[in-house]
Amino acid sequence: MKRLAAARTHNAKPPITGEQCVRLASDMDIVAARQLARALAEQIGFSAGDATVVATAVSELARNIVDYAPPGEMVVRSIENGNRVGLVLVARDNGPGIKDIARAMRDGFSTSGRLGLGLPGVRRLMDEFEIVSEPGKGTCVTVKKWITRRGR
Amino acid sequence: MEVPILKQGLHLIATVQSALSDADLLQLRDALVESVGRMRARGVIVDVTALDVMDSFATRILRDIAYMVRLRGAETVIVGIQPEVAFAMAQFGLRLEGITSSLDLEEGLAYLDEKTRRRPNP
Repeated sequence: MKRLAAARTHNAKPPITGEQCVRLASDMDIVAARQLARALAEQIGFSAGDATVVATAVSELARNIVDYAPPGEMVVRSIENGNRVGLVLVARDNGPGIKDIARAMRDGFSTSGRLGLGLPGVRRLMDEFEIVSEPGKGTCVTVKKWITRRGR
Repeated sequence: MEVPILKQGLHLIATVQSALSDADLLQLRDALVESVGRMRARGVIVDVTALDVMDSFATRILRDIAYMVRLRGAETVIVGIQPEVAFAMAQFGLRLEGITSSLDLEEGLAYLDEKTRRRPNP
């Protein structure tokens, strides 16, 4: 079934199978992570728009780790639930953790003078969002996106 | 990967040719702000047709480019934002406040010619 989905994308690259993990230590790793996630998203049948949405979320989560808590990692995997198909991203690090998660989830809040849209933006992009952070131990963000079947 | 900057008439054209790392974006910003003076440009076009993702960092750097180029006396226009990138930016809640964007290079050049035409040639 996964092979058929891959064939539909007309992608000459070999299909991505199993769980993929990208180590996040430098800004080039951010690019690698989002390209991998986009390839997987397209392979399992996400539209070009939703694949870009996934790649954008990966870029934000990966940058948080590279900038604040390197090295960390991003795990990308396809998921199924009944007849739904989707994709899960797990971004985890062993960094300083986020002291006030509620604040970090608010638009416009940033400790770095940036736009402060990262985490709330990712929550808007994805269907499911979960964050666990322990000061001094690290942060783990798990997000999921399901394929929307239009016209059903 | 470094972004090439070409001069066309009174304007500079920077064409993004692949996915950019954060360092590439910062390099592009610095090169454009410097080139505006060295090449005495009136306008700057950043062509992002090939850009895979416009996240909060890329958005911030493009806003910075537009503002810094304006401080140097020139205008910036972003061209080639793809439909799926526009879709993701809207979902994300990213705003290109203060930045002009045009459909493609042709429209961008027409905009800059209009915007800078009242000033005599150097």
